[in-house]
Amino acid sequence: MKRLLKQPFWQGAIVVAIAYVVFKYLIGYALPIIGVSSAPVPSSVILQYMLTVFVGVLLYMSAEEGRWGTFQKPIKEAMVSRDQKNLRGVLMVVIPIMVGWLAYQNVKPSFAAPATLRSIHPAPPNEITFRGLPIQLTGLENPLHENGSLEEHLQVGKAIYVKNCVPCHGDLLDGAGHFAQVFNPIPADFTNSGTLPMLTESFVFWRIAKGGPGLPQEGTPWDSAMPAWENILDENEIWSVILFLYDQTGFSPRTWHEEGEEGGEEH
Amino acid sequence: MSLEGTGEGSKKMSGLKRGLALFAIGTLIAVPLLAQVAGPDYGEFGIFGMDRRDAVWMAAQLHLLFAAFVLGVPMFAVVIEAIGIFGRQERYDKLAKEFTRLLLVAYSATAIWGAILVFFLSTLYPRFWAYLTAIFAPSMWLYAGMFFLESFTLYLYYYGWDAWKKGVAKKVHWFLGIMLNVWGTIVMFIANGWLTYMMSPPADVTADTAPQTVQLWSAIANATWMPINIHRLLANVVFGGAIVGAYAAYRFLTSESDEERAHYDWMGYTGNFIAIGALIVLPFAGYWLGREIYEFSQQMGITMMGGFMSWLWIIQAFLIGILFLTGNYYLWIGMGRIPGAERFQPYIKWMLLVLVLGVIVWATPNTVIADRDEIAAMGGTHHPFLGVLGVMSAKNTAVNLMILTTFLSFLMYRRANKEPVVSWAKMGTMLQGAAFVVAALVVLFYGIYGYFVSAIIRIGFSVYQVAAVLVTILFVLGIDIAMVRGAKSRGAIRWGQMPDRSQYALLILAVTFTWLMGLMGFARSGIRQHWHVYEVIRDTSEQAFTPALGPAATMISTCVLIFFGLVGMIFWLGGLAEKSVYDDTSAAESGH
Repeated sequence: MKRLLKQPFWQGAIVVAIAYVVFKYLIGYALPIIGVSSAPVPSSVILQYMLTVFVGVLLYMSAEEGRWGTFQKPIKEAMVSRDQKNLRGVLMVVIPIMVGWLAYQNVKPSFAAPATLRSIHPAPPNEITFRGLPIQLTGLENPLHENGSLEEHLQVGKAIYVKNCVPCHGDLLDGAGHFAQVFNPIPADFTNSGTLPMLTESFVFWRIAKGGPGLPQEGTPWDSAMPAWENILDENEIWSVILFLYDQTGFSPRTWHEEGEEGGEEH
Repeated sequence: MSLEGTGEGSKKMSGLKRGLALFAIGTLIAVPLLAQVAGPDYGEFGIFGMDRRDAVWMAAQLHLLFAAFVLGVPMFAVVIEAIGIFGRQERYDKLAKEFTRLLLVAYSATAIWGAILVFFLSTLYPRFWAYLTAIFAPSMWLYAGMFFLESFTLYLYYYGWDAWKKGVAKKVHWFLGIMLNVWGTIVMFIANGWLTYMMSPPADVTADTAPQTVQLWSAIANATWMPINIHRLLANVVFGGAIVGAYAAYRFLTSESDEERAHYDWMGYTGNFIAIGALIVLPFAGYWLGREIYEFSQQMGITMMGGFMSWLWIIQAFLIGILFLTGNYYLWIGMGRIPGAERFQPYIKWMLLVLVLGVIVWATPNTVIADRDEIAAMGGTHHPFLGVLGVMSAKNTAVNLMILTTFLSFLMYRRANKEPVVSWAKMGTMLQGAAFVVAALVVLFYGIYGYFVSAIIRIGFSVYQVAAVLVTILFVLGIDIAMVRGAKSRGAIRWGQMPDRSQYALLILAVTFTWLMGLMGFARSGIRQHWHVYEVIRDTSEQAFTPALGPAATMISTCVLIFFGLVGMIFWLGGLAEKSVYDDTSAAESGH
């Protein structure tokens, strides 16, 4: 065993095997046990990671002449040495079976929908129409910051959220409403730092107003069940619910300019 | 041994090149006039199953690749010639000449593909071409004039190399090299004006603006013009260095003597050094370009970085990961031919670990490709654990640490056979080590802190990270240069004693650079989506849609294959027409 561990070929094989276990099982299944939020890693990502590790191992082994020679030794022996006749026989059976199995896995009929490449942050248009009137999105700020009482806006926003949004986005704003699991993709989780803080309020306004039907052609199909709320809520109601979302989650919206900067271009 | 091709064949070749250059200039002048004639908006094309957009795409891509090469090589050829002149080292002068020799045939190929591009544009997109000529005609005349000057300066520069070898004549020759760069840069800046106008036309130009009323200078000096100019200038050096490295690798692999191998090993190292050196500063120009695109149009910026095109950045990350891994690998193998490098061997595995982890982080997508079951398990296309690696904070941290690691590899390579004799050598090495640690900590600190601040502040952090890395590189290099002055040698570099796989690494670098240029060029051009000129002239042809990644990648790969097919021919011609300059064996023995 000790001798094996000193052999670069087996060292490389062990590194590759450990990496696979980490990517396939440790991240997906062991982390949740210790309370870290995680999920099984999709096969496309595992392939990508494993390819990187595999190339890294090969580069290390071949970066130095002596090591490269020793690394190749077991492979050469398995292929030509008289002593390894049995091993060769086994490999000649096992390798074609493995290749066949992989080929079968890739071509066998499946009922699963194909993997999709979905943009989660589609590019917003510069201008939209809201109930027939044009609204310039670029540079647009939430008008309620300047008008009326924030406390009242938050109350209005809260009432609208509870009435209209909770069934899908959940009472904890975590995208786990009681209808959530029937949708694919599931509703947005506003507590995730990858959603609200990444977006300007005008972007959120556009998404609420236009919903799934208003998503741009780019990156389709979207499969979003989000309704177009402009048919139900007025402009101020949407801005109120946006205030509520940021207030409740504690996130700050992405801004057009750095704080304290008075408009103008950033250079 | 005669080093030059002074025979009949060579004269015929130069005549052919002149003819091709004149042909291209004539085309540039004539076609705008033809395009004024009223006719259909689009012409038909259906050769080899390609449509009109494929035809223009391919011609533009191949023209750009050759143009990048012929603009990049003179930049460092003239610097290497200067090292030869002012450092009184003739081997550098010969190397500069060998670099320049590759330009001649590539120059013809640039002109041919340029002419094909103009023909395709004017016949397949006549309305759009007429629009462009209505705005840019005067700059097209200037372009033709500059092209003419560039061509003749190149011929004088190359063919006058041996005639003007000494004294003032040599300085004049070097000046010609500088002028070659000046003309080439002007040519590129003019053409960049045309293409950046398509991306970011001035704000006062709308769909109703008559092209004759658009001010030429405001059309050229648009929002993305200068960022593209700088980005391309740097990228041309990177690309030129990589292709020269590939040429040297090809000649190394086909060498028949140790002297030849030694020479081409040295040439390959130099090409690779130029490519990787310029690559390190390229991301800054890229950041600037990206920022200007966002400033010009937020929609365009999001399409590029967060929307449909965002996956290209993952592919880019992968390809740049290959560049980092291969560039370091080449240095590590190269250390096998340097006496004294053995002492650095134990560190290689740790540097490789940083690089592999860096590639893994950098190439982790924010939006994962997953099937329905996987999406359901993750609760969306955002992985709950790996998602933290999908954002810019993680990626900037990864790439900056990779740059630091690559610099460390280079430093080890540089120091391998040297033993400093200055009294403060130990202190100097410790200072260098401390600088690396501080830079890594600064990069990590801002990488982690970035998760706790808003996006607009986070973007600024990348500047601190990059600044920490750059300052460290300059500081450490400064110490190193002072420290190894008069250092004891542990033995000469055994040039030529490189395993063949090191040369394949150089070839991989060249192919990867070429691929990257094609991919990112697609991103730059594709973010206009269904516009010929963004929000001014709409593309109303059947090909107005933005191609999906698969067909785009196929097209780019085809262009890369054709390019290398042609470059392979140029390399072969380079060996066929003239003998190499490797005969000076002493040249390649005394280090780099």
